[in-house]
Amino acid sequence: MAIAARDFRELRLDGMSRTFGTVNALKGVTLSVKRGEFVALLGPSGCGKSTALNCLAGLLTLSDGSIWLDSTRIDRRKPEERGFGMVFQNYALFPHMSVRKNIGFGLAMQGMSKSDIGRKVTEALSIVRLGDQGDKLPGQLSGGQQQRVAIARAITIEPPLVLMDEPLSNLDAKLRLEMRAEIRRIHDLIGSATIYVTHDQEEALSLADRIVVMRDGMVRQVGTPQELYASPAHADVAEFMGYRNLVKSHATRSGNAVNVTIGGASLAGTPIGNAADGTAVVAIRPDDLKTQRGGPVAVTVESAQYHGRNFYCSGRTGDGTELYFMTDGQVIKGDSVRLAADPARVLVYPGPAS
Amino acid sequence: MTDRAIVAAAPERPPLRVRLALRDIDAVTLLALPAVLFVVALFVYPFLYGLILSFKPKAGGWIANYHKFFSDPFLYDTIGTTFRLAIPATLINVLISIPVAMRIRHVQRRRGLTTILVVPITLGTVLIAQGLLTYLGPQGWFNRTLALFGIGQLRLVHNYIGVMLSLIMSGFPFTFLLTLSYITGIDPSLEQAASTLGAPPRARFWHIIMPLLAQGLAINLCLSFVQTFSVFPSAVLLGAPAGETRVISIAAYQAAYEQYDYSMASAVAMIMGFSQLLVVMLILAGRSLVYRGAVGGGKG
Repeated sequence: MAIAARDFRELRLDGMSRTFGTVNALKGVTLSVKRGEFVALLGPSGCGKSTALNCLAGLLTLSDGSIWLDSTRIDRRKPEERGFGMVFQNYALFPHMSVRKNIGFGLAMQGMSKSDIGRKVTEALSIVRLGDQGDKLPGQLSGGQQQRVAIARAITIEPPLVLMDEPLSNLDAKLRLEMRAEIRRIHDLIGSATIYVTHDQEEALSLADRIVVMRDGMVRQVGTPQELYASPAHADVAEFMGYRNLVKSHATRSGNAVNVTIGGASLAGTPIGNAADGTAVVAIRPDDLKTQRGGPVAVTVESAQYHGRNFYCSGRTGDGTELYFMTDGQVIKGDSVRLAADPARVLVYPGPAS
Repeated sequence: MTDRAIVAAAPERPPLRVRLALRDIDAVTLLALPAVLFVVALFVYPFLYGLILSFKPKAGGWIANYHKFFSDPFLYDTIGTTFRLAIPATLINVLISIPVAMRIRHVQRRRGLTTILVVPITLGTVLIAQGLLTYLGPQGWFNRTLALFGIGQLRLVHNYIGVMLSLIMSGFPFTFLLTLSYITGIDPSLEQAASTLGAPPRARFWHIIMPLLAQGLAINLCLSFVQTFSVFPSAVLLGAPAGETRVISIAAYQAAYEQYDYSMASAVAMIMGFSQLLVVMLILAGRSLVYRGAVGGGKG
């Protein structure tokens, strides 16, 4: 009676689109997800990631495109006919039912016998480590416990696909880290595919096998966390991956390398895409931009936040460009420091004009 | 020496103001005063006055009015008559309001629809009665249209049906608006969650909507029942006030303004009040059997 996801090979989204009136919330999303895969849909609010999730669940109908589970087309099916488990942002636990009733609801809808439901619910409770809380009402549980109930409820129906809509956004920082690990553990345990919507890059990077970065209803880049972290394909993906320094600049190409000017100084970088001579956008992570005696870029420190091992600082160059950087040593507002960065960690994207 | 020992032993008592504040009584509490005065002057005093008056009959012992009411079928039958009107009218109004509200909550611009449904409230029962008399009367459009198709006349006014129609027309908007606000208060993600768990619309209604709505429906039933129980104008204008729609308020009216027996009228009013109270208490007692907490699904 172990809870395990129903078998399937692949979920395929083919040009999935959705319009609201004149607004194109989703513009032809194409993606395939394999069984056992953990995929994060990552993007800023309004990028269409929640719309995509609701379309998958069947809560929204598609304006165009199709969804396939192996060779079955499912985008015209009602949510109750799809059998996907969904974890809502506000948990959506039935407030009038006990925890056990909540978790067993999906099985009761399938017409399973009471004793079988009881056994499955007990197992689900032990999976989410809530063994002794079964008879409480959701309102008597803490936020983290409610979250666990919501997950248990979604997985007891043994769905091939579990959909999660920013499930951790209502929890405090410590609980969020704890639940993150729980979610991954449960995913690995039941072997379903999970599609996880979030706007938190750290969450996506630490949880997912593959990240889908979305913007304006379109997929901007798909890749493993490592790929996305190290080499974002677009400047806007870089921005989302923690490249806080995005500076408009001028690039001069020389062979495989490229030189850019920041704050009047010249800095060697790595060209991405068709970045060539001319206007460019330079992306550097704050932790790749370090203080160095005799470094090329001179800045005046504007603020310094103590982060335990180092300081997270902002500074301004002579021509007014704001830069974020890290430093090991103590700096205070008004200090003049010089910064340098490894050319491999200075990403140069084609500028907005090109 | 002994004095000091006593002082030290006595627990320190916080000042009165602090003690009152701990019981949520402070200067703001005074704001309730006008409302309290209002309730006392317009409800408590008239009620007690009527109660005492009902025990001071024109003739006989102190309980003579009640004895007279419960020994004369012309009087005590009015209770049954009123219940026969009020209970079905309440149930119809509340039960119909549920599917209508379920549908209308999804309508984007529902102002127009709501306005149409609410207009009867603003018209008042007399205008509704007037309209129904002309429309459904023997020479009204409705019966003439029936005659056109060779169907015989239907008697729809000056009887039970006429009063019932009027009670539905004037009562439904209230029950509908109440039900609509209760239903829209239920978190829509609960229904969505139920649907992803495999619940078809019918199961969602019975397992999610109804349990969360039950609390509101009980209140709705109470309010609607009290409203229909005190029916007077439509029972007179559209009904048969000497026969099948001789409701209890007519008995009270006749005692007061035809026989000028205020004591008897007070007794009838008291009986009317306690009959209503009985039903309301039954409904509220039933309320304790249903879920009474929040109707949201999350941390709020």
